[in-house]
Amino acid sequence: MATILASGTKAPAFTLRVTPDQTLSLSEFAGRRLILAFYPADWSPVCGDQMTLYNHVLTEFRKKGADLVGISVDGPWCHQAFARDRNLHFPLLADFHPKGEVSRAYGAYRDDVGESARALFIIDQHGMIAWSHLSPVAVNPGADGILDALDQMPNLEQNHVDAQSSRQPA
Amino acid sequence: MSTLKVPVSPRDHRRGGPNAAVTLVEYGDYQCPYCAAAHPVVRFLESRFGPALSVVFRHFPLVEVHPLAAPAAEAAEYAGDHGRFWEMHDAIFSNNNRLSTQLLFALAGTLQLSQMGLRDSIARSLHADRIREDFIGGIRSGVNGTPTFFVNGVRHQGGFSAPELAASIQDEMGALAPAR
Repeated sequence: MATILASGTKAPAFTLRVTPDQTLSLSEFAGRRLILAFYPADWSPVCGDQMTLYNHVLTEFRKKGADLVGISVDGPWCHQAFARDRNLHFPLLADFHPKGEVSRAYGAYRDDVGESARALFIIDQHGMIAWSHLSPVAVNPGADGILDALDQMPNLEQNHVDAQSSRQPA
Repeated sequence: MSTLKVPVSPRDHRRGGPNAAVTLVEYGDYQCPYCAAAHPVVRFLESRFGPALSVVFRHFPLVEVHPLAAPAAEAAEYAGDHGRFWEMHDAIFSNNNRLSTQLLFALAGTLQLSQMGLRDSIARSLHADRIREDFIGGIRSGVNGTPTFFVNGVRHQGGFSAPELAASIQDEMGALAPAR
């Protein structure tokens, strides 16, 4: 089983294809929190699929200042078809070429099967890994671990409001 | 092991007495074929364990992939406003293979509920907050797909067959027995 990067580690940079003609880079999320969800493959059965589940929790993630991206070794055309079929409202990144390079950098690649592991990372607004979690491949980890971890992090909105109010005393 | 983060309370839809030894909480989606398949199993467990078992149903609709899950949950809650939650719940699951909005209206008619009232409830998503509350409570309890069952607050591991669910319930009853 892979050993995934632990909290306190700088998140390895990446630029991956997100659609057949667009890329997305980690640096684009600077100043935001990012949930990085590595998963083995598109097209798990609907009622227990991890990406389908997270698609329904996006509002809660965003309320806590976090964006979400999924990453697997499936190609961008496959991701596009999967995202359309499941009505996904967040990006799926294709760790397709060189295959699994980003997954490897995070310690989330399974050499034996050539797929990403089921690994979760929260990257903070400074690009550091704040939390990570590796699940058994067959187990959809749900979203409770992510929400609990986000709850433990300082409130971004609050800091913002405090900074504003200190500039403009009543 | 995952546990139920939102305890069973009077806000829940519960079938069976509040003094039952075991409470089975189901997180389900009315358009999910696995939930429909588990429904007769739950009915069987209710008759097998009688007053020793009570059953709670909470909504966990995956609305982005199941467009009828939300109107179906609305229909159940609308029926619930008129004291007919479980009848609508049973009827929806029993007809899961031909679920449609027309079917929901037909079921309302059969239960002698106002179809205008149901139309209003669906069009204005009158119970959306409650349904979302159920969903988020499930998320916080680690629900990762449907159906997911909790036996006295502890997540049932394994399949949804009658022997597997009955074994979980039986184990819990066995664990409770020495304390009595």
